[in-house]
Amino acid sequence: MTIHQLSVFLENKSGTLVKVLKLLKQENIQLIASTIADTAEYGICRIICSEPARAFNVLKSAGVAVTLTEVFALQLDDVPGRAADAIEIFSNEGISIAYLYSFLLGGKGVLIFRTDNADKARDAIVRNNLRAVPEKDLSELI
Amino acid sequence: MTDERFFNAEEAYSRSELEALQQERLRATVKHCMNSPFYRERFRSAGLSQDDIRSLDDLHKIPFTTKQDLRDTYPFGIASVPLGDCTRLHSSSGTTGNPTVILHTARDLDQWANAVARCLWMVGCRPDDVFQNTSGYGMFTGGLGFQYGAEKLGMLTVPAAAGNTLRQLKFFKDFRTTVVHAIPSYAARLYEVMCQQGIDPRRDLSLRTLVIGAEPHSEDTRRRIEDMLGVKAYNSFGMSEMMGPGVAFECPGQNGMHIWEDYFIVEIVDPVTLEPVPDGEVGELVLTTINREAMPLLRYRTRDLTRILPGECPCGRVHRRLDRMKGRSDDMIILKGVNIFPIQIEQVLMQFSELATDYLITLQTLDDNDGMTVEVEISEKVLTDDYSALQKLEKEITRCLRDEILITPKVRLVPFGSIPKSEGKAVRVKDLRKQY
Repeated sequence: MTIHQLSVFLENKSGTLVKVLKLLKQENIQLIASTIADTAEYGICRIICSEPARAFNVLKSAGVAVTLTEVFALQLDDVPGRAADAIEIFSNEGISIAYLYSFLLGGKGVLIFRTDNADKARDAIVRNNLRAVPEKDLSELI
Repeated sequence: MTDERFFNAEEAYSRSELEALQQERLRATVKHCMNSPFYRERFRSAGLSQDDIRSLDDLHKIPFTTKQDLRDTYPFGIASVPLGDCTRLHSSSGTTGNPTVILHTARDLDQWANAVARCLWMVGCRPDDVFQNTSGYGMFTGGLGFQYGAEKLGMLTVPAAAGNTLRQLKFFKDFRTTVVHAIPSYAARLYEVMCQQGIDPRRDLSLRTLVIGAEPHSEDTRRRIEDMLGVKAYNSFGMSEMMGPGVAFECPGQNGMHIWEDYFIVEIVDPVTLEPVPDGEVGELVLTTINREAMPLLRYRTRDLTRILPGECPCGRVHRRLDRMKGRSDDMIILKGVNIFPIQIEQVLMQFSELATDYLITLQTLDDNDGMTVEVEISEKVLTDDYSALQKLEKEITRCLRDEILITPKVRLVPFGSIPKSEGKAVRVKDLRKQY
Protein backbone atom coordinates (compact mmCIF):
# COMPACT_ATOMS: atom_id res chain seq x y z
CA MET A 1 0.00 0.00 0.00
CA THR A 2 2.95 2.29 0.56
CA ILE A 3 5.85 3.07 -1.74
CA HIS A 4 9.43 4.09 -1.04
CA GLN A 5 10.56 7.67 -1.12
CA LEU A 6 14.06 9.11 -0.66
CA SER A 7 14.35 12.11 1.67
CA VAL A 8 17.60 13.95 1.17
CA PHE A 9 18.87 16.57 3.61
CA LEU A 10 20.46 19.36 1.58
CA GLU A 11 22.50 22.29 2.71
CA ASN A 12 21.27 25.50 1.14
CA LYS A 13 24.24 26.14 -1.09
CA SER A 14 24.82 25.86 -4.80
CA GLY A 15 25.81 22.48 -6.15
CA THR A 16 24.30 20.27 -3.45
CA LEU A 17 21.17 19.32 -5.41
CA VAL A 18 22.99 18.72 -8.66
CA LYS A 19 25.42 16.39 -6.85
CA VAL A 20 22.52 14.19 -5.77
CA LEU A 21 20.82 14.20 -9.17
CA LYS A 22 24.08 13.40 -10.97
CA LEU A 23 24.72 10.41 -8.73
CA LEU A 24 21.31 9.02 -9.73
CA LYS A 25 21.96 9.83 -13.37
CA GLN A 26 25.27 7.93 -13.36
CA GLU A 27 23.45 4.87 -12.06
CA ASN A 28 20.71 5.23 -14.67
CA ILE A 29 18.05 5.73 -12.00
CA GLN A 30 15.06 7.69 -13.22
CA LEU A 31 13.17 10.33 -11.26
CA ILE A 32 9.41 9.93 -11.25
CA ALA A 33 8.61 12.87 -9.00
CA SER A 34 10.46 15.19 -6.67
CA THR A 35 9.80 18.15 -4.42
CA ILE A 36 11.91 20.38 -2.23
CA ALA A 37 10.80 21.91 1.06
CA ASP A 38 13.21 24.59 2.06
CA THR A 39 14.15 26.86 4.93
CA ALA A 40 16.81 29.53 4.92
CA GLU A 41 19.51 27.07 5.99
CA TYR A 42 18.62 23.66 4.62
CA GLY A 43 16.06 21.83 2.56
CA ILE A 44 14.57 18.38 2.31
CA CYS A 45 14.41 17.00 -1.21
CA ARG A 46 11.87 14.17 -1.52
CA ILE A 47 12.25 11.86 -4.48
CA ILE A 48 10.18 9.06 -5.98
CA CYS A 49 12.32 7.14 -8.46
CA SER A 50 12.87 3.83 -10.18
CA GLU A 51 14.73 1.32 -7.94
CA PRO A 52 14.50 3.31 -4.68
CA ALA A 53 16.47 0.76 -2.63
CA ARG A 54 19.42 0.87 -5.03
CA ALA A 55 19.17 4.67 -5.24
CA PHE A 56 19.33 4.83 -1.44
CA ASN A 57 22.53 2.75 -1.37
CA VAL A 58 24.11 4.82 -4.12
CA LEU A 59 23.47 8.08 -2.23
CA LYS A 60 24.37 6.67 1.18
CA SER A 61 27.72 5.33 0.04
CA ALA A 62 28.50 8.71 -1.55
CA GLY A 63 28.03 10.29 1.88
CA VAL A 64 24.67 11.94 1.18
CA ALA A 65 22.37 12.43 4.21
CA VAL A 66 19.42 10.37 2.98
CA THR A 67 16.59 8.38 4.52
CA LEU A 68 14.37 5.80 2.84
CA THR A 69 10.79 6.37 3.99
CA GLU A 70 7.43 4.82 3.22
CA VAL A 71 4.72 7.10 1.94
CA PHE A 72 1.20 6.55 0.64
CA ALA A 73 0.60 6.76 -3.11
CA LEU A 74 -3.00 6.95 -4.33
CA GLN A 75 -4.08 6.79 -7.93
CA LEU A 76 -6.88 9.25 -8.83
CA ASP A 77 -8.99 9.63 -11.92
CA ASP A 78 -8.03 12.61 -14.00
CA VAL A 79 -11.25 14.46 -13.15
CA PRO A 80 -11.64 17.73 -11.18
CA GLY A 81 -12.31 17.24 -7.47
CA ARG A 82 -10.81 13.76 -6.91
CA ALA A 83 -8.02 15.05 -4.64
CA ALA A 84 -10.53 16.96 -2.53
CA ASP A 85 -12.66 13.81 -2.12
CA ALA A 86 -9.67 11.74 -1.04
CA ILE A 87 -8.32 14.25 1.46
CA GLU A 88 -11.79 14.80 2.91
CA ILE A 89 -11.91 11.14 3.90
CA PHE A 90 -8.73 11.54 5.96
CA SER A 91 -9.88 14.82 7.40
CA ASN A 92 -13.15 13.25 8.57
CA GLU A 93 -11.20 10.48 10.29
CA GLY A 94 -9.04 12.98 12.15
CA ILE A 95 -5.87 12.01 10.24
CA SER A 96 -3.46 14.87 9.59
CA ILE A 97 -1.34 15.17 6.45
CA ALA A 98 2.34 15.93 7.21
CA TYR A 99 3.12 16.72 3.58
CA LEU A 100 1.64 16.01 0.18
CA TYR A 101 2.53 16.38 -3.46
CA SER A 102 1.09 15.07 -6.70
CA PHE A 103 2.00 14.32 -10.28
CA LEU A 104 0.54 12.79 -13.45
CA LEU A 105 1.71 9.41 -14.63
CA GLY A 106 0.27 7.57 -17.63
CA GLY A 107 -2.74 9.88 -17.74
CA LYS A 108 -3.60 9.24 -14.06
CA GLY A 109 -3.09 11.54 -11.14
CA VAL A 110 -0.89 10.22 -8.30
CA LEU A 111 -1.09 11.68 -4.81
CA ILE A 112 1.94 11.14 -2.52
CA PHE A 113 1.60 11.92 1.19
CA ARG A 114 2.62 11.06 4.73
CA THR A 115 0.22 11.23 7.65
CA ASP A 116 0.59 11.42 11.39
CA ASN A 117 -0.99 7.97 11.76
CA ALA A 118 -0.06 5.38 9.15
CA ASP A 119 -2.24 2.59 10.60
CA LYS A 120 -5.40 4.69 10.63
CA ALA A 121 -4.65 5.96 7.12
CA ARG A 122 -4.12 2.41 5.82
CA ASP A 123 -7.43 1.40 7.34
CA ALA A 124 -9.25 4.39 5.81
CA ILE A 125 -7.84 3.61 2.38
CA VAL A 126 -9.12 0.02 2.54
CA ARG A 127 -12.57 0.91 3.87
CA ASN A 128 -13.13 3.63 1.29
CA ASN A 129 -11.83 1.58 -1.64
CA LEU A 130 -9.20 4.13 -2.55
CA ARG A 131 -6.68 2.86 -5.11
CA ALA A 132 -3.15 2.58 -3.74
CA VAL A 133 -0.44 2.39 -6.39
CA PRO A 134 1.87 -0.62 -6.03
CA GLU A 135 5.54 0.30 -6.33
CA LYS A 136 6.15 -1.95 -9.32
CA ASP A 137 3.34 -0.22 -11.27
CA LEU A 138 5.13 3.10 -10.89
CA SER A 139 8.27 1.88 -12.63
CA GLU A 140 6.24 0.09 -15.28
CA LEU A 141 4.37 3.28 -16.11
CA ILE A 142 7.54 5.28 -16.78
CA MET B 1 61.01 -5.26 36.03
CA THR B 2 59.38 -8.15 37.75
CA ASP B 3 56.00 -6.42 37.91
CA GLU B 4 54.39 -6.79 34.48
CA ARG B 5 52.34 -3.62 35.00
CA PHE B 6 55.30 -1.27 34.89
CA PHE B 7 57.73 -0.41 32.13
CA ASN B 8 60.10 1.55 34.40
CA ALA B 9 60.97 1.24 38.08
CA GLU B 10 60.14 4.95 38.56
CA GLU B 11 56.45 4.18 37.96
CA ALA B 12 56.35 2.22 41.20
CA TYR B 13 58.16 4.83 43.31
CA SER B 14 56.59 6.06 46.53
CA ARG B 15 55.88 9.76 46.96
CA SER B 16 59.05 10.33 48.99
CA GLU B 17 61.24 8.42 46.54
CA LEU B 18 59.77 10.44 43.71
CA GLU B 19 60.32 13.76 45.49
CA ALA B 20 63.89 12.86 46.36
CA LEU B 21 64.54 12.13 42.68
CA GLN B 22 62.79 15.37 41.68
CA GLN B 23 64.91 17.42 44.04
CA GLU B 24 68.14 15.88 42.81
CA ARG B 25 67.12 16.37 39.17
CA LEU B 26 65.89 19.94 39.75
CA ARG B 27 69.26 20.97 41.22
CA ALA B 28 71.12 19.28 38.37
CA THR B 29 68.84 20.93 35.79
CA VAL B 30 69.26 24.42 37.26
CA LYS B 31 73.03 23.97 37.33
CA HIS B 32 72.97 22.76 33.72
CA CYS B 33 70.76 25.72 32.67
CA MET B 34 73.59 28.07 33.59
CA ASN B 35 75.12 27.00 30.26
CA SER B 36 72.17 28.72 28.54
CA PRO B 37 72.74 32.44 27.80
CA PHE B 38 69.02 32.99 28.29
CA TYR B 39 68.79 31.40 31.75
CA ARG B 40 72.08 32.92 32.93
CA GLU B 41 70.67 36.35 32.15
CA ARG B 42 67.25 35.44 33.62
CA PHE B 43 68.83 34.39 36.93
CA ARG B 44 71.15 37.39 37.00
CA SER B 45 68.33 39.89 36.50
CA ALA B 46 66.21 38.13 39.16
CA GLY B 47 69.15 38.35 41.58
CA LEU B 48 69.15 34.58 41.79
CA SER B 49 72.03 32.13 41.94
CA GLN B 50 71.90 28.41 41.14
CA ASP B 51 72.73 27.76 44.81
CA ASP B 52 69.44 29.39 45.84
CA ILE B 53 67.58 26.41 44.39
CA ARG B 54 68.25 23.61 46.84
CA SER B 55 64.87 21.92 47.30
CA LEU B 56 61.47 21.67 45.63
CA ASP B 57 60.25 24.46 47.94
CA ASP B 58 62.69 26.86 46.22
CA LEU B 59 61.14 26.29 42.79
CA HIS B 60 58.76 29.26 43.14
CA LYS B 61 61.76 31.65 43.25
CA ILE B 62 62.50 30.95 39.57
CA PRO B 63 60.77 33.30 37.11
CA PHE B 64 58.32 31.74 34.62
CA THR B 65 59.40 30.89 31.08
CA THR B 66 56.83 31.71 28.37
CA LYS B 67 56.21 30.93 24.73
CA GLN B 68 57.21 34.51 24.02
CA ASP B 69 60.65 33.77 25.52
CA LEU B 70 61.01 30.92 23.04
CA ARG B 71 60.08 33.27 20.20
CA ASP B 72 62.37 36.05 21.38
CA THR B 73 65.34 33.69 21.54
CA TYR B 74 64.54 32.02 18.20
CA PRO B 75 66.10 29.79 17.06
CA PHE B 76 68.73 28.50 19.51
CA GLY B 77 68.95 31.05 22.32
CA ILE B 78 67.62 28.91 25.19
CA ALA B 79 69.77 25.85 24.45
CA SER B 80 71.92 24.65 27.36
CA VAL B 81 74.28 22.57 25.21
CA PRO B 82 76.37 23.44 22.14
CA LEU B 83 74.50 22.80 18.87
CA GLY B 84 77.06 20.13 18.06
CA ASP B 85 75.62 17.99 20.86
CA CYS B 86 72.07 18.16 19.41
CA THR B 87 70.74 15.51 17.09
CA ARG B 88 67.15 16.61 16.35
CA LEU B 89 65.08 19.76 16.09
CA HIS B 90 61.30 20.10 16.17
CA SER B 91 59.45 23.31 15.52
CA SER B 92 55.93 24.63 15.89
CA SER B 93 54.28 26.64 13.13
CA GLY B 94 54.84 30.37 13.25
CA THR B 95 51.32 31.58 12.51
CA THR B 96 51.41 34.14 15.32
CA GLY B 97 55.04 35.27 15.23
CA ASN B 98 58.38 33.49 15.11
CA PRO B 99 58.08 29.72 15.18
CA THR B 100 59.42 28.03 18.28
CA VAL B 101 62.31 25.59 18.09
CA ILE B 102 62.91 22.68 20.43
CA LEU B 103 66.28 20.93 20.37
CA HIS B 104 67.06 17.38 21.45
CA THR B 105 70.27 15.51 22.23
CA ALA B 106 70.54 11.77 21.60
CA ARG B 107 69.85 11.20 25.30
CA ASP B 108 66.75 13.44 25.14
CA LEU B 109 65.38 11.41 22.25
CA ASP B 110 66.04 8.16 24.08
CA GLN B 111 64.32 9.42 27.23
CA TRP B 112 61.40 10.73 25.18
CA ALA B 113 60.97 7.35 23.48
CA ASN B 114 61.11 5.74 26.92
CA ALA B 115 58.31 7.99 28.21
CA VAL B 116 56.08 7.18 25.22
CA ALA B 117 56.84 3.45 25.55
CA ARG B 118 55.95 3.66 29.26
CA CYS B 119 52.58 5.24 28.37
CA LEU B 120 51.76 2.62 25.75
CA TRP B 121 52.86 -0.23 28.00
CA MET B 122 50.61 1.14 30.74
CA VAL B 123 47.50 0.67 28.56
CA GLY B 124 48.41 -2.87 27.65
CA CYS B 125 50.50 -2.51 24.49
CA ARG B 126 53.03 -5.33 24.15
CA PRO B 127 55.67 -6.26 21.56
CA ASP B 128 53.25 -8.50 19.65
CA ASP B 129 50.95 -5.54 18.95
CA VAL B 130 50.83 -3.69 15.63
CA PHE B 131 50.84 0.09 16.10
CA GLN B 132 49.63 2.38 13.30
CA ASN B 133 50.33 6.08 13.63
CA THR B 134 47.94 8.35 11.69
CA SER B 135 49.60 11.48 12.98
CA GLY B 136 51.41 13.89 10.65
CA TYR B 137 55.16 13.25 10.60
CA GLY B 138 57.73 15.96 10.07
CA MET B 139 57.94 18.89 12.46
CA PHE B 140 54.83 17.80 14.39
CA THR B 141 56.02 15.70 17.36
CA GLY B 142 53.02 13.32 17.23
CA GLY B 143 54.64 11.51 14.30
CA LEU B 144 58.22 10.72 15.29
CA GLY B 145 57.42 10.88 19.01
CA PHE B 146 55.04 7.92 18.85
CA GLN B 147 57.14 6.19 16.22
CA TYR B 148 60.22 5.93 18.43
CA GLY B 149 58.19 5.19 21.56
CA ALA B 150 56.29 2.34 19.91
CA GLU B 151 59.54 0.95 18.50
CA LYS B 152 61.18 1.18 21.91
CA LEU B 153 58.37 -0.92 23.34
CA GLY B 154 59.01 -3.38 20.54
CA MET B 155 55.78 -3.15 18.56
CA LEU B 156 55.62 -3.51 14.80
CA THR B 157 55.14 0.17 13.98
CA VAL B 158 53.41 1.43 10.85
CA PRO B 159 54.26 5.09 10.05
CA ALA B 160 51.10 5.53 7.96
CA ALA B 161 51.13 9.30 8.66
CA ALA B 162 48.12 11.60 8.18
CA GLY B 163 45.40 11.34 5.57
CA ASN B 164 44.64 8.88 2.77
CA THR B 165 41.88 7.27 4.77
CA LEU B 166 41.24 4.40 2.37
CA ARG B 167 44.88 3.38 2.64
CA GLN B 168 44.72 3.61 6.44
CA LEU B 169 41.78 1.18 6.41
CA LYS B 170 43.60 -1.19 4.04
CA PHE B 171 46.56 -1.21 6.44
CA PHE B 172 44.27 -1.87 9.41
CA LYS B 173 43.00 -4.93 7.59
CA ASP B 174 46.15 -6.22 5.92
CA PHE B 175 48.58 -5.65 8.82
CA ARG B 176 46.00 -6.57 11.51
CA THR B 177 46.64 -3.29 13.31
CA THR B 178 45.72 -3.52 17.00
CA VAL B 179 46.72 -0.05 18.28
CA VAL B 180 46.05 3.27 16.54
CA HIS B 181 47.12 6.79 17.35
CA ALA B 182 44.74 9.42 15.95
CA ILE B 183 43.36 12.80 16.88
CA PRO B 184 39.70 12.45 17.96
CA SER B 185 38.23 14.15 14.90
CA TYR B 186 40.20 11.82 12.64
CA ALA B 187 39.04 8.76 14.61
CA ALA B 188 35.47 9.82 13.82
CA ARG B 189 36.42 10.31 10.19
CA LEU B 190 37.92 6.80 10.04
CA TYR B 191 34.60 5.41 11.27
CA GLU B 192 32.65 7.44 8.73
CA VAL B 193 34.70 5.99 5.88
CA MET B 194 34.45 2.47 7.35
CA CYS B 195 30.66 2.82 7.17
CA GLN B 196 30.81 3.99 3.58
CA GLN B 197 33.06 1.05 2.69
CA GLY B 198 30.88 -1.47 4.50
CA ILE B 199 33.62 -2.26 7.04
CA ASP B 200 32.45 -3.30 10.50
CA PRO B 201 35.42 -2.62 12.79
CA ARG B 202 34.35 -5.29 15.30
CA ARG B 203 33.91 -7.98 12.65
CA ASP B 204 36.52 -7.07 10.05
CA LEU B 205 39.39 -5.45 11.98
CA SER B 206 41.65 -6.29 14.94
CA LEU B 207 41.64 -2.81 16.55
CA ARG B 208 41.73 -2.91 20.33
CA THR B 209 43.35 0.28 21.59
CA LEU B 210 43.14 3.86 20.41
CA VAL B 211 45.41 6.64 21.59
CA ILE B 212 43.80 10.06 21.26
CA GLY B 213 45.16 13.48 22.03
CA ALA B 214 46.32 16.80 20.60
CA GLU B 215 42.77 18.12 20.46
CA PRO B 216 40.47 18.99 23.36
CA HIS B 217 37.51 16.63 23.53
CA SER B 218 34.84 15.71 26.03
CA GLU B 219 34.26 12.43 27.84
CA ASP B 220 31.16 11.88 25.69
CA THR B 221 33.26 12.19 22.54
CA ARG B 222 35.64 9.55 23.85
CA ARG B 223 32.81 7.16 24.73
CA ARG B 224 31.24 7.71 21.35
CA ILE B 225 34.50 6.95 19.54
CA GLU B 226 34.95 3.83 21.67
CA ASP B 227 31.44 2.66 20.74
CA MET B 228 31.96 3.35 17.05
CA LEU B 229 35.25 1.51 16.71
CA GLY B 230 34.86 -1.12 19.43
CA VAL B 231 38.09 -0.06 21.17
CA LYS B 232 39.33 1.39 24.44
CA ALA B 233 40.45 4.97 23.85
CA TYR B 234 43.14 6.51 26.08
CA ASN B 235 43.87 10.17 26.44
CA SER B 236 47.36 11.36 25.70
CA PHE B 237 48.88 14.70 26.60
CA GLY B 238 52.05 16.18 25.28
CA MET B 239 53.56 19.34 23.93
CA SER B 240 56.62 19.91 21.81
CA GLU B 241 58.15 22.31 24.36
CA MET B 242 58.25 19.48 26.92
CA MET B 243 59.43 17.01 24.22
CA GLY B 244 56.16 15.95 22.55
CA PRO B 245 53.71 13.14 23.36
CA GLY B 246 54.45 11.08 26.45
CA VAL B 247 54.17 13.87 29.05
CA ALA B 248 50.98 12.50 30.61
CA PHE B 249 48.80 9.53 29.77
CA GLU B 250 45.76 7.70 31.06
CA CYS B 251 46.07 4.36 32.79
CA PRO B 252 43.46 1.62 32.31
CA GLY B 253 41.32 3.44 34.91
CA GLN B 254 40.62 6.14 32.26
CA ASN B 255 40.28 8.74 34.95
CA GLY B 256 42.90 11.44 34.49
CA MET B 257 46.34 11.30 32.90
CA HIS B 258 49.37 10.37 35.00
CA ILE B 259 52.02 13.01 34.47
CA TRP B 260 55.50 11.53 34.74
CA GLU B 261 56.89 13.33 37.76
CA ASP B 262 60.36 11.85 37.29
CA TYR B 263 60.46 13.91 34.05
CA PHE B 264 58.51 17.01 35.09
CA ILE B 265 57.65 19.11 38.12
CA VAL B 266 53.98 20.07 37.95
CA GLU B 267 52.41 23.29 39.16
CA ILE B 268 48.89 24.59 38.59
CA VAL B 269 48.59 28.38 38.91
CA ASP B 270 45.88 30.97 38.62
CA PRO B 271 46.43 32.37 35.08
CA VAL B 272 45.87 35.94 36.30
CA THR B 273 47.59 36.10 39.70
CA LEU B 274 50.09 33.32 38.87
CA GLU B 275 49.68 32.05 42.43
CA PRO B 276 49.40 28.27 42.94
CA VAL B 277 45.88 26.85 43.26
CA PRO B 278 45.05 23.83 45.47
CA ASP B 279 44.73 20.34 43.97
CA GLY B 280 41.31 19.91 42.37
CA GLU B 281 41.02 23.51 41.20
CA VAL B 282 41.38 24.51 37.57
CA GLY B 283 44.31 26.69 36.60
CA GLU B 284 47.14 26.96 34.12
CA LEU B 285 49.56 24.07 33.90
CA VAL B 286 53.17 25.08 34.56
CA LEU B 287 55.89 22.49 33.93
CA THR B 288 59.59 22.27 34.68
CA THR B 289 61.56 19.69 32.71
CA ILE B 290 64.01 17.81 34.94
CA ASN B 291 65.10 15.10 32.56
CA ARG B 292 66.25 17.01 29.49
CA GLU B 293 69.69 18.08 28.28
CA ALA B 294 69.46 20.15 25.11
CA MET B 295 66.87 22.66 26.20
CA PRO B 296 65.45 22.30 29.70
CA LEU B 297 62.63 24.75 30.45
CA LEU B 298 62.07 26.07 33.96
CA ARG B 299 58.51 26.82 35.09
CA TYR B 300 57.15 26.89 31.54
CA ARG B 301 53.64 28.36 31.25
CA THR B 302 51.86 25.86 28.96
CA ARG B 303 48.67 27.95 28.62
CA ASP B 304 46.72 24.70 29.04
CA LEU B 305 43.96 24.85 31.63
CA THR B 306 43.50 21.77 33.74
CA ARG B 307 43.49 20.58 37.34
CA ILE B 308 45.16 17.89 39.39
CA LEU B 309 42.74 15.13 40.30
CA PRO B 310 42.98 14.71 44.05
CA GLY B 311 43.29 11.25 45.55
CA GLU B 312 45.17 8.08 44.81
CA CYS B 313 44.81 6.09 41.62
CA PRO B 314 43.90 2.41 41.98
CA CYS B 315 46.59 1.52 39.42
CA GLY B 316 49.29 2.00 42.05
CA ARG B 317 51.21 4.86 40.43
CA VAL B 318 51.75 7.89 42.68
CA HIS B 319 52.51 10.12 39.69
CA ARG B 320 49.66 12.58 39.94
CA ARG B 321 46.81 12.74 37.44
CA LEU B 322 45.85 15.69 35.27
CA ASP B 323 42.22 16.11 34.32
CA ARG B 324 41.51 16.42 30.59
CA MET B 325 42.47 19.84 29.25
CA LYS B 326 39.70 22.40 29.74
CA GLY B 327 40.96 24.49 26.88
CA ARG B 328 43.76 27.01 26.68
CA SER B 329 44.05 30.20 28.62
CA ASP B 330 44.61 31.84 25.22
CA ASP B 331 41.84 30.19 23.13
CA MET B 332 39.07 31.51 25.29
CA ILE B 333 36.46 33.30 23.19
CA ILE B 334 35.26 36.63 24.50
CA LEU B 335 31.89 37.41 22.92
CA LYS B 336 29.82 40.38 24.10
CA GLY B 337 31.92 40.41 27.26
CA VAL B 338 31.21 36.77 28.08
CA ASN B 339 34.10 34.30 28.43
CA ILE B 340 33.43 31.10 26.52
CA PHE B 341 35.59 28.01 26.05
CA PRO B 342 34.95 25.91 22.93
CA ILE B 343 34.93 22.79 25.11
CA GLN B 344 31.75 24.07 26.83
CA ILE B 345 30.02 24.09 23.47
CA GLU B 346 31.34 20.65 22.63
CA GLN B 347 30.06 19.24 25.92
CA VAL B 348 26.54 20.46 25.10
CA LEU B 349 26.60 19.16 21.53
CA MET B 350 27.82 15.71 22.56
CA GLN B 351 24.72 15.19 24.69
CA PHE B 352 22.67 15.01 21.49
CA SER B 353 22.69 11.52 20.02
CA GLU B 354 21.27 13.08 16.83
CA LEU B 355 24.57 14.83 16.18
CA ALA B 356 27.85 13.54 14.78
CA THR B 357 31.15 14.54 16.42
CA ASP B 358 32.15 17.47 14.21
CA TYR B 359 31.17 21.08 14.65
CA LEU B 360 32.38 24.51 13.67
CA ILE B 361 32.00 27.73 15.65
CA THR B 362 32.04 30.94 13.62
CA LEU B 363 32.13 34.39 15.20
CA GLN B 364 31.00 37.18 12.93
CA THR B 365 29.77 40.72 12.87
CA LEU B 366 26.31 41.32 11.37
CA ASP B 367 24.87 44.85 11.35
CA ASP B 368 27.58 45.90 13.82
CA ASN B 369 26.49 43.15 16.17
CA ASP B 370 28.82 40.32 17.12
CA GLY B 371 27.29 36.87 17.07
CA MET B 372 28.09 33.20 17.03
CA THR B 373 27.05 30.55 14.55
CA VAL B 374 27.48 26.91 15.46
CA GLU B 375 27.36 24.45 12.58
CA VAL B 376 26.65 20.90 13.68
CA GLU B 377 26.62 17.72 11.65
CA ILE B 378 23.52 15.59 12.00
CA SER B 379 24.35 11.93 12.56
CA GLU B 380 23.79 9.34 9.87
CA LYS B 381 20.97 7.85 11.88
CA VAL B 382 18.80 10.96 11.89
CA LEU B 383 15.68 10.59 9.77
CA THR B 384 15.83 13.34 7.21
CA ASP B 385 12.18 13.09 6.18
CA ASP B 386 10.69 14.87 9.16
CA TYR B 387 11.07 18.61 8.81
CA SER B 388 9.39 19.52 12.08
CA ALA B 389 11.62 17.11 14.03
CA LEU B 390 14.72 18.76 12.53
CA GLN B 391 13.41 22.18 13.49
CA LYS B 392 12.69 20.98 16.99
CA LEU B 393 16.21 19.60 17.26
CA GLU B 394 17.68 22.90 16.11
CA LYS B 395 15.67 24.80 18.72
CA GLU B 396 16.59 22.39 21.49
CA ILE B 397 20.32 22.68 20.71
CA THR B 398 20.02 26.47 20.67
CA ARG B 399 18.31 26.44 24.06
CA CYS B 400 20.88 24.14 25.68
CA LEU B 401 23.77 26.21 24.31
CA ARG B 402 22.23 29.42 25.57
CA ASP B 403 21.84 27.90 29.03
CA GLU B 404 25.53 26.95 29.03
CA ILE B 405 27.21 30.01 27.47
CA LEU B 406 24.59 32.68 28.26
CA ILE B 407 24.52 33.87 24.64
CA THR B 408 22.05 32.69 22.02
CA PRO B 409 23.98 31.30 19.07
CA LYS B 410 22.59 30.64 15.63
CA VAL B 411 22.54 26.86 15.19
CA ARG B 412 22.82 25.40 11.70
CA LEU B 413 22.27 21.74 10.98
CA VAL B 414 24.49 20.46 8.18
CA PRO B 415 24.75 17.01 6.60
CA PHE B 416 27.00 14.33 8.05
CA GLY B 417 30.55 14.65 6.75
CA SER B 418 30.23 18.19 5.39
CA ILE B 419 32.45 20.04 7.88
CA PRO B 420 35.99 19.94 6.48
CA LYS B 421 38.42 17.85 8.53
CA SER B 422 41.87 19.17 9.07
CA GLU B 423 44.62 16.63 9.39
CA GLY B 424 46.57 18.34 12.15
CA LYS B 425 44.70 19.87 15.04
CA ALA B 426 41.09 20.47 14.08
CA VAL B 427 40.02 24.07 13.60
CA ARG B 428 36.86 24.43 15.69
CA VAL B 429 36.63 28.21 15.85
CA LYS B 430 36.68 30.76 13.05
CA ASP B 431 36.77 34.38 14.09
CA LEU B 432 35.51 36.66 11.31
CA ARG B 433 34.54 39.54 13.56
CA LYS B 434 35.33 43.10 12.58
CA GLN B 435 38.22 44.38 14.62
CA TYR B 436 37.76 47.86 15.99
